[in-house]
Amino acid sequence: MLEHFKIVYHQGKQFIPDVTTAKVPGIFRGRPLIRQTQVNLSELMEICPVQAIAGDPVSIDLGKCTFCGQCSKRFPEKIQFSSDYKIASNEREGLIIKEGDDKPLKINPQKVRKDIRSIFGKSLKLRQVSAGGDNSCEWELNAANNVQFDMGRFGIEFVASPRHADGLVITGPITENMAEPLDICYNATPDPKIIVLVGTDAISGGIFTDSPALDRSFLEKYPVDLYIPGNPAHPLTIINGLLDLTRT
Amino acid sequence: MTLLCFYRSDMNYTTIKNNQVLPVSEIPELSYSAFFELNTRLVNNTQENHCVNYFGYPVVNNIKLICCIADDQKHLIYLSSCLVNRDEHLLSFTAMNFCFEKYEREIHENFGISYVDHPWLKPVRYSHNRFDAQKTISNYPFYSIDSEELHEVGVGPIHAGVIEPGHFRFICNGEQILHLEIQLGYQHRGVEPLFLKRKRLAERVIVSESIAGDNVIGHTLAFSYLWESIYGYKPSRDLELARTIALELERMAIHTGDLAAACADVGYQLGSAVFGRLRTPIVNFFQEWCGNRLAKGLLWPGMNLYPFTTTLSDRLRIVLDTFEPDFEEMRKALFKMPSALSRFERTGILTTENAVTIGAVGMAARASGLNRDIRLSHPHSLYNELNHEPIVKHHGDVYSRLQIRKQEVVQSIKYLRYLINSITENENGVTSLGNPKPNSFGLSMVEGWRGEICHCAITDNKGDLLFYKVKDPSFHNWLALALAVRNNEISDFPICNKSFNLSYCGHDL
Repeated sequence: MLEHFKIVYHQGKQFIPDVTTAKVPGIFRGRPLIRQTQVNLSELMEICPVQAIAGDPVSIDLGKCTFCGQCSKRFPEKIQFSSDYKIASNEREGLIIKEGDDKPLKINPQKVRKDIRSIFGKSLKLRQVSAGGDNSCEWELNAANNVQFDMGRFGIEFVASPRHADGLVITGPITENMAEPLDICYNATPDPKIIVLVGTDAISGGIFTDSPALDRSFLEKYPVDLYIPGNPAHPLTIINGLLDLTRT
Repeated sequence: MTLLCFYRSDMNYTTIKNNQVLPVSEIPELSYSAFFELNTRLVNNTQENHCVNYFGYPVVNNIKLICCIADDQKHLIYLSSCLVNRDEHLLSFTAMNFCFEKYEREIHENFGISYVDHPWLKPVRYSHNRFDAQKTISNYPFYSIDSEELHEVGVGPIHAGVIEPGHFRFICNGEQILHLEIQLGYQHRGVEPLFLKRKRLAERVIVSESIAGDNVIGHTLAFSYLWESIYGYKPSRDLELARTIALELERMAIHTGDLAAACADVGYQLGSAVFGRLRTPIVNFFQEWCGNRLAKGLLWPGMNLYPFTTTLSDRLRIVLDTFEPDFEEMRKALFKMPSALSRFERTGILTTENAVTIGAVGMAARASGLNRDIRLSHPHSLYNELNHEPIVKHHGDVYSRLQIRKQEVVQSIKYLRYLINSITENENGVTSLGNPKPNSFGLSMVEGWRGEICHCAITDNKGDLLFYKVKDPSFHNWLALALAVRNNEISDFPICNKSFNLSYCGHDL
């Protein structure tokens, strides 16, 4: 017993006091900054392995980006990834960062459904469904619940049954074999409910886009309330995204 | 006559080493009976030889089967091949050696080749390009036993926690598990065809990083070595150093995280919190190094995109120095706590005999007394220089698997300390690898934290990929889990499962 107290004492306080202002260590590829500098546009677009870069004006779609950093390695004068991890949006177009943009991504309050903030503002129970994810986003969702990031302090938790859930968190590009279970899970969740897509694979299919083994028709049927990009999404991106959606 | 027969079949294979490439035409093409005799004899339930890959690919209207048997003593891989017709009814290798069962199920599922004496041609993953598209995962008929005493428990595909999907069907006698059937395939997103469809190297690197997100280094390393061997490129020591460091860091991070999960499963909150938080500095070090906590983007064939500098080695030294005492303190407390030990010991036993029979690999095999470690038997990276000695346990229970994790963390720290003291820091590799070898076959094996990862590739007449095959250690070890839980209480299933921590996405591809 005494030994346990010793461990607790040695560990001290591990939680991040403020998850909205915490700094991430080292290099972090968060929100990109695209300068007005002229570069060879076709080469720039060509270098992106997932066609996330579009021209005129140059833009990066964070819903497609795998954050590999190839573009900024080749054209550092044009593209730099900042350490800003608050890159979640409730609009798909909101994830497209254009040339010259240098303002933080914000949730558009007009587009947040009315009941979300009043009902889920203090407590949000989520059912996670991995639909072809490579276990990296699942890993970071679990990390968001560890003693350091401690998402539970905001009343945001993962639950075992869709019956207990206020919404679904979907990771992975949605495979053909998972399409039906995902649909059943959504229908088993009581209204009102939200859908959150975590990770590039879930938002656009990522590197798996147009693989014939996918079935993304679920996303055509139901409205998505929050997009949290990343490959995988960082726990701070996840927590801040969920907080911004549900709280004013 | 018999002598002559043996002599003939002895000559009917060719040998390569790990990460070696040879022209496809040099792999002897045998008749099916000679192919059958050779490979079943090579494995023959010995601990030294095991099948590392066995697959088919279409050649005109036929299927070419290639079998790769690794000899762990001689550090060689025996290759042989056979051309068969889709309509043929073949004798199964499995009837002779059970370790082939999954490979043959995969060949059957993909090409419709039927085996006359295979015990159970159960679908592997319901892959998109399967032969019989009428069969779907939703109408899979699970094995059942008709009895008034027994009941079934179905779990999944969506599980209670934040984990990947898969279906577990238990047949229980009261609280006791009589049989567990595991059906996977929900994560199948078509990884292997994507290697061919995506033509650029940058795309292929991302595909290999996405095979299993918790084993990014392992799979990307196997891909990189394979790619480099096709291009005839020999990585420099600097490059090898960075790769070995990355592989050992990944092992450390996941083993630590799994110790946390094991603690959570037996209701030991302190262990779960402390091991859970100890994983963070390791994955954050990856972020400092390459900008991603799971090391996506770190590796690249022929290049050191993020050289391991002396600044990084100083940082890593501090990370290890602060990690070690906390880890030691916590693991001492865990492994002497009676309530935790009583849950770990004699739970979920995989016997040595079963491990050998099913061809178990990696950490799970080593916990059952089967010394199978690519770092020793087919060394890659800097493991020769490290004189790697695998850690082997003999009881095959949850306790053994957790002991292995604990000791491998300690071993990784030792290796990392040696490696960071030997950096030379000069070279970043090359920007162009030269020309690929056309019409060739290559094989690359890497010992990831779960076990042996094996990637195989065949190139066309221009040197581009014609076929790509991925094998995650989970491909073998899911069956190990199913056998280990027999006769255990169903409430012990989570801790058994966690002690293996197998990959769904690596299996389903």
